[in-house]
Amino acid sequence: MTEETNKALVAFHDVSYSVPAVPSPIISHLNLTVQTGETLVLLGESGCGKTTTLRLVNRLLLPTAGEVLVEGRNTAAWDPIQLRRRTGYVIQEGGLFPHFTVEQNISLVPRLEGWEESRIKARVNELLDLVGLEATNFGKRYPTELSGGQRQRVGVARALAAEPPLLLLDEPFGALDPLTRASLQREFIDLTRRLGKTAIFVTHDVREALLLGSRIGLMAAGRLLLVETPSGFLKSQEEYARAYLQTLQLDKQSDKP
Amino acid sequence: MSFWEFLRQNGGELLTLLREHFVLVVVSTLMAVLIGIPTGILLTRKKALRAPVLGIANIMQTIPSLALFGFLIPLPFLGGIGARTAIVALVVYALLPIIRNTVTGILGVDRNVREAAVAMGMTDSQILWRVELPLAMSVILTGVRVATVISVGVATIAAAVGAGGLGVYIFRGLRQYDNNLLLAGAVPAALMALLADFSLGLLERRFSIKEKKARAHSVWPRVVLIGGVLILVSAVAVLWRAGQKTAATPGQQQKVVIGSKDFTESILLGEIVAQMLEARGAQVQRQFELGGNLSHEALVAGRMDLYPEYTGTAYTAILHHQPITDPRTVYEQVKQEYSDKFKVATSQPLGFENTFAILVRGAEARRLNLKTISDAVPDARSWRAGFGQDFMSRADGYPGFVKAYGLQFREQPHEMDLSLTYIALASGKVDLIAGNSTEGRISALDLFQLEDDKHYFPPYQAIYFVRQDALERLPVLQEVLNKLANAISTDEMRHLNYEVDGNKRTQADVVREWLKARKL
Repeated sequence: MTEETNKALVAFHDVSYSVPAVPSPIISHLNLTVQTGETLVLLGESGCGKTTTLRLVNRLLLPTAGEVLVEGRNTAAWDPIQLRRRTGYVIQEGGLFPHFTVEQNISLVPRLEGWEESRIKARVNELLDLVGLEATNFGKRYPTELSGGQRQRVGVARALAAEPPLLLLDEPFGALDPLTRASLQREFIDLTRRLGKTAIFVTHDVREALLLGSRIGLMAAGRLLLVETPSGFLKSQEEYARAYLQTLQLDKQSDKP
Repeated sequence: MSFWEFLRQNGGELLTLLREHFVLVVVSTLMAVLIGIPTGILLTRKKALRAPVLGIANIMQTIPSLALFGFLIPLPFLGGIGARTAIVALVVYALLPIIRNTVTGILGVDRNVREAAVAMGMTDSQILWRVELPLAMSVILTGVRVATVISVGVATIAAAVGAGGLGVYIFRGLRQYDNNLLLAGAVPAALMALLADFSLGLLERRFSIKEKKARAHSVWPRVVLIGGVLILVSAVAVLWRAGQKTAATPGQQQKVVIGSKDFTESILLGEIVAQMLEARGAQVQRQFELGGNLSHEALVAGRMDLYPEYTGTAYTAILHHQPITDPRTVYEQVKQEYSDKFKVATSQPLGFENTFAILVRGAEARRLNLKTISDAVPDARSWRAGFGQDFMSRADGYPGFVKAYGLQFREQPHEMDLSLTYIALASGKVDLIAGNSTEGRISALDLFQLEDDKHYFPPYQAIYFVRQDALERLPVLQEVLNKLANAISTDEMRHLNYEVDGNKRTQADVVREWLKARKL
């Protein structure tokens, strides 16, 4: 174990994950570190194991071999409730509670953590402001009364509510229309920079990966093929990475009239 | 009598029955909720239990209600006669929809939402109380609504075990062929079902996710909720008081529990003993109108002290002997076996028999000069017959009867409710029926009883069965039974029956008048 991995917020050591019903492992021999303050994007097709990787971090799953360390401690040794309250989790469509108002959704974890009412109220307003939603206008609404983009913003606000050191995001912008997605992506960059948050971000969109990631981990068939900075990724000779970059060029060509 | 007149005269009784019915439904549904929802929650946690438990609940719901009552009566704690047994049965029927909808509702919560809850660091119980139950609530309430509506219906059968409720009017209406009674029982039951459906539907909408909009903060759902809770609380209070009243068992307080079967004559015979005992200062509890053989089971189980029966019924239906024709032998053997097997004493015969009476229209009998069943055999080939379900199925009924006389009818006999056969015969819809020999309408409708010249039907002498321990406890019982030995003739019994069924008077009035006339 190197000095560097000990300081890492998240570290995977030779992690494999398999389920009895499926013969080939879903994750095999994965090694990865995530440093404080960076946004690591896991890029790959659906079924490549990127969501499973994410779920190993907050102990929604435990590895069948190897170990996952968060803040230097094995996830198996963490109290799962404690671990999850220290990691914000955002999924597609936000996974908001449909029977809670926007305020109630955002304030849930602070409430579970026993914050004082005045502090909760201030925090909710601060967060709604941060994700660009007016507290007076949106606070009392239910998720069904919001647009997809607004729901996603609330999902991000909820994940940030108890000031977790780590954010896990699973294709949070996947279901949005291109314009809304673009504006949320810009706001996300802004947000993580301002707050200095560490994030692991899962996507199948290479553009999104290049735009948001401090580093990009490319996954296929349960293996991590490479981990590169965006500029390193653009220069990569790895076959699979080139295939992804080619789709980008096709896009550009088709953009021309 | 018009329906409105009927309601004016019987409003008080109707309200009592309505209240009893309501209490049965509310208490049983509440108990089913208290058992069913936790069971449903458990089944969502323990997958292996799901199929077996739902399977058992499913099977329980298919048990016919009378069979279930019969099974429950001898049981300690759960069983007996009255509201408690009925509530146990109603709970059994209400469980399935509640358990099933709890499971469906919780398992139906969006996977993403549940995963978000887990990932946010909520504990199992926080997820259950704050996410799963609120989101499943409208589906669970649908189950409660279905269970309640089922209960309103099944509770009408509770009258068969003496639990009261609107079924009392329905059974009585069927027996007396009285539409006013039928309507007075059925219409409020239907309204109660609709009301339950509607009000629980409102509650359900309050918990529906589609209705979760900011503008939905109306005061009405809260008013309905609070009102509902108040009604439930008062209903429970009423039942608690009722429960205290019925909790007394025969052993306590020198109280005598008098039972009867669910037809007019049996009720009259029960009422006769009840009034005579009351006149002699005894405290009497009436458990009348019990269906099937429930009276017998209650007597043997020690939950009843006395009820009227017929020697032939006891001999064949309860002691399972082949029918024989000598009245003395049947009586002696019944008396002996009841004493040995059940510690139950048999009174002297009351003086009349209620046997199957093979009846034809009086005009027809006179025209064809018919006296006996054998006389009618040639003509019967062109006749239609109508028989009650009981006659068609019992050992001493239809199959042996046609064989003994070599009878053949024009077509397969019509199987119908016994009380309807008299009207069917009188109006020419059928030409021969098997009625009861003491039926009041035999003379009123000018029907003629053909003599059982081959002595096919076993003797059905009326008697009382009484628990031996009750006789020891209350010497006055023996005194009353002695006075009733050979005191009622067949004609007198027909007259009493007709006063109730034909002239629509209450059993209590008819009995009071008769006791006075006979100076008993």
